[in-house]
Amino acid sequence: MKFKNRTFDDAETVLDIRNLTVKLAGNETAEPVLDRVSLKIRAGETACLVGESGSGKSVTSLSVMGLLPKGSLVATGGTIDMDGKDLLTLSPQAMREMRARRISMIFQEPMTALNPVMRVGDQIEEVLDTHARLPGAEKRRRVLDIMDQVHLPEVERIYRSYPHQLSGGQRQRIMIAMALILEPKLLIADEPTTALDVTTQQQILSLIGELQEKHGTAVLFITHDMGVVAEIADTVHVMRLGRIVEQAPVETLLRHPQKDYTKKLLEAVPSLTPRPYQTGEERETVLRVSGLQKIYSTGTIFVRREPTRAATDVAFAVERGRTLGIVGESGSGKSTVARCIMRLIDPTAGEVRVAGKEIATLSRRELRPLRKHIQIVFQDPFRSLNPRWTIGRSLIEGPLNLGEDKRKSLARAAELLALVGLPEDAIGRYPHQFSGGQRQRVAIARAIAMEPDVLVADEAVSALDVSVQAQVLELLDSLQKKLGIAILFITHDLRVAAQICDEVVVMQHGRIVEHDTAWNVLSNPQHAYTRSLIEAAPGRFWDFANFRELRSA
Amino acid sequence: MLGYIIRRILAVIPVMVIVAVFVFLLLRLTPGDPAAIIAGDMATPAQLERIRTSLGLNDPLHVQFITWVGLLLQGELGTSLISNTPVTSMIGQRIWPTFNIAVLTIVLSVLIAVPMGVLAAWRHRTWADYAVMAFSVLGFSIPVFVIGYIFIQVFSLELRWLPVQGYKAPSEGLWAFLSRAILPCLTLATIYVALIARMTRASMLEVLGEDYIRTARAKGVAEQIVLFRHALRNAAVPIMTIIGTGFALLIGGVVVTESVFNIPGIGRLTVDAVLARDYPVIQAMILLTSALYVFINLVIDLSYTFFDPRIRY
Repeated sequence: MKFKNRTFDDAETVLDIRNLTVKLAGNETAEPVLDRVSLKIRAGETACLVGESGSGKSVTSLSVMGLLPKGSLVATGGTIDMDGKDLLTLSPQAMREMRARRISMIFQEPMTALNPVMRVGDQIEEVLDTHARLPGAEKRRRVLDIMDQVHLPEVERIYRSYPHQLSGGQRQRIMIAMALILEPKLLIADEPTTALDVTTQQQILSLIGELQEKHGTAVLFITHDMGVVAEIADTVHVMRLGRIVEQAPVETLLRHPQKDYTKKLLEAVPSLTPRPYQTGEERETVLRVSGLQKIYSTGTIFVRREPTRAATDVAFAVERGRTLGIVGESGSGKSTVARCIMRLIDPTAGEVRVAGKEIATLSRRELRPLRKHIQIVFQDPFRSLNPRWTIGRSLIEGPLNLGEDKRKSLARAAELLALVGLPEDAIGRYPHQFSGGQRQRVAIARAIAMEPDVLVADEAVSALDVSVQAQVLELLDSLQKKLGIAILFITHDLRVAAQICDEVVVMQHGRIVEHDTAWNVLSNPQHAYTRSLIEAAPGRFWDFANFRELRSA
Repeated sequence: MLGYIIRRILAVIPVMVIVAVFVFLLLRLTPGDPAAIIAGDMATPAQLERIRTSLGLNDPLHVQFITWVGLLLQGELGTSLISNTPVTSMIGQRIWPTFNIAVLTIVLSVLIAVPMGVLAAWRHRTWADYAVMAFSVLGFSIPVFVIGYIFIQVFSLELRWLPVQGYKAPSEGLWAFLSRAILPCLTLATIYVALIARMTRASMLEVLGEDYIRTARAKGVAEQIVLFRHALRNAAVPIMTIIGTGFALLIGGVVVTESVFNIPGIGRLTVDAVLARDYPVIQAMILLTSALYVFINLVIDLSYTFFDPRIRY
């Protein structure tokens, strides 16, 4: 693993935050959201701000931009020095002039960060209109030039496109073009690659690096992903509960973390080394999919269009007590397969046998009694529980639908909560009283309340912080051992797949391109696409949990 | 896009057929003999028979319907039973005052309400927001005729700035038209201002929380551009819906206002026709307003594609 080991002792300081304190507006007694945060960024340096959700990373960046949500958060102390001025004392007008010219920002969600009703070219041009007076032809030339610099193809066409006509990666390039067109001294990047596929993430990271090199920009990079940190950081600042707990050059931090929290954070990073395949006795196959196909026809009576093949000829089987991972990028068809198996959508062709019964062609009514054999846990625990129902009511809904006795179901619900590691009194509480990880535990309890043979986990840990992610993965593993449940684990994250899967299926463009044991797929990939996925995984030569290079690499 | 427009226009046909059937049955299925209703209590049998023949009431129902629709398609709406003039020319005379008043009202409403709504959303939870909301509640709750009489009392009788009643076409001079139209229009506008301002505020509040608004601010864009260029256009679809619905409802609302301000529009025509049981006129009015509703809905649907490029059916 090669780290950036550059020194910045001679470089000019671009941003100097000292003792920044941010509080909830109108609440003097509450704990501050940011507590005396200090950090310095020098020209050409990439400073990574890492921490789990709620640690204050984004609040720090928004304070620098002067974009703290009005009326709810206020900076009550400290200074933010840039160009010899304290940004906290600037007038709104003066602050507006700093933005895009001196400091720019790109955001996490390229899908929502661009105005959907304006052409992207106009959105980039607006930066020039706001800060510089240029003749029309010159403006257009500069916009096309920056679009070229961020390596967008067919710039003339994309100039006239609306955001929804572009891919996530292209939109993020537009954001970067917008942020860098006036060559600011500081770029703040708030989780800019979190919503992107690994291969796109790699491209965007190298693009930011390239432009940074070219223009000598200082970058404040916010992320929760230690892999990304290892790839791009010069300096790392670890945040927790509104405080900076540790700051160090990247290699020092990853090799010799000083604080317990940093160690804990690093130890939670799942390793890319797959768990060894357990050979064992023949087991009963509980889920068998063959020839599965899903075609969406998009044409109308008037227009004939090429139908979209979301899944083609998908076949695999899962045995009791085993975990099969489906890995692929967005649009690869992995979620389509999961939904077809759940019969949330109807497959166009093929067979799905759950516990020996063919369900692909059953009617909704015939399907109902069989639903208990296969259950699902969704990605977003904040939206997959009914906010107005108590946990208990959510847990017993399934069993009640199957005609279970209410008192028995409630007793069982209490047992389930204990099984997933939640307190007994959780049964009468509401979802908003729990954290994301706890809610995901509830979602898992709800799924296993039906005593299914197969559990489908659709990106079930993707929305969670790494430390929570590790706990939920552990929970799934122990439940599998106890209940002998088969798990179909859908994920875009190879590290997660390596941790939990016995076998892995790699999908691309709706087809299976590789299917083998997790060990073989990850350590000896056969298909070029699998190799590109593994190569794009950030920090893949580093063993975070043991603070050293990966031995097998 | 063109396909969508064509399909959307074709979808109008079944709606209008259903309306036509309903309007036709309205007269035929009313309890009692339509001819007796039309002729009134003092009619002789001979008069009744004459009315029956003139209306074709002795033919079987489906023959009557086909004849009626046939005439309808030729633009023949029948003759008023009271004034004996063709209904088409009666409506032709009366529609312009109503149309002018309705358009002026909706323009006034939008010009007042949209900035109010934007202001309320921008200054969310400040006195400006509360003032706009208070006005909305007030605008909803005061009946149209009360507002009308208050305006007349203040501006016409006390201040003597404007005429009390009447109507002059814009062709007779802009001031002549405006001085008489402004009070009825403001009266009518009150409720639409309330409605549109509320919808604008709600829609803007939602949009102002979006990521792309933060992006615009991060670019250093001035606040009024953030509000009007970035936010308002994104908030436009629900606002357009309410404006369109408002315009359609307006046609119903003019009935009262035209009576209060003595404007010779289709509202008064309808009231007079109902009081006199002038069935051909009533039928024509129902057909006309239905067609207008359908047309306005069509225009609103098509306007969505203009505001939001993602909508391409």
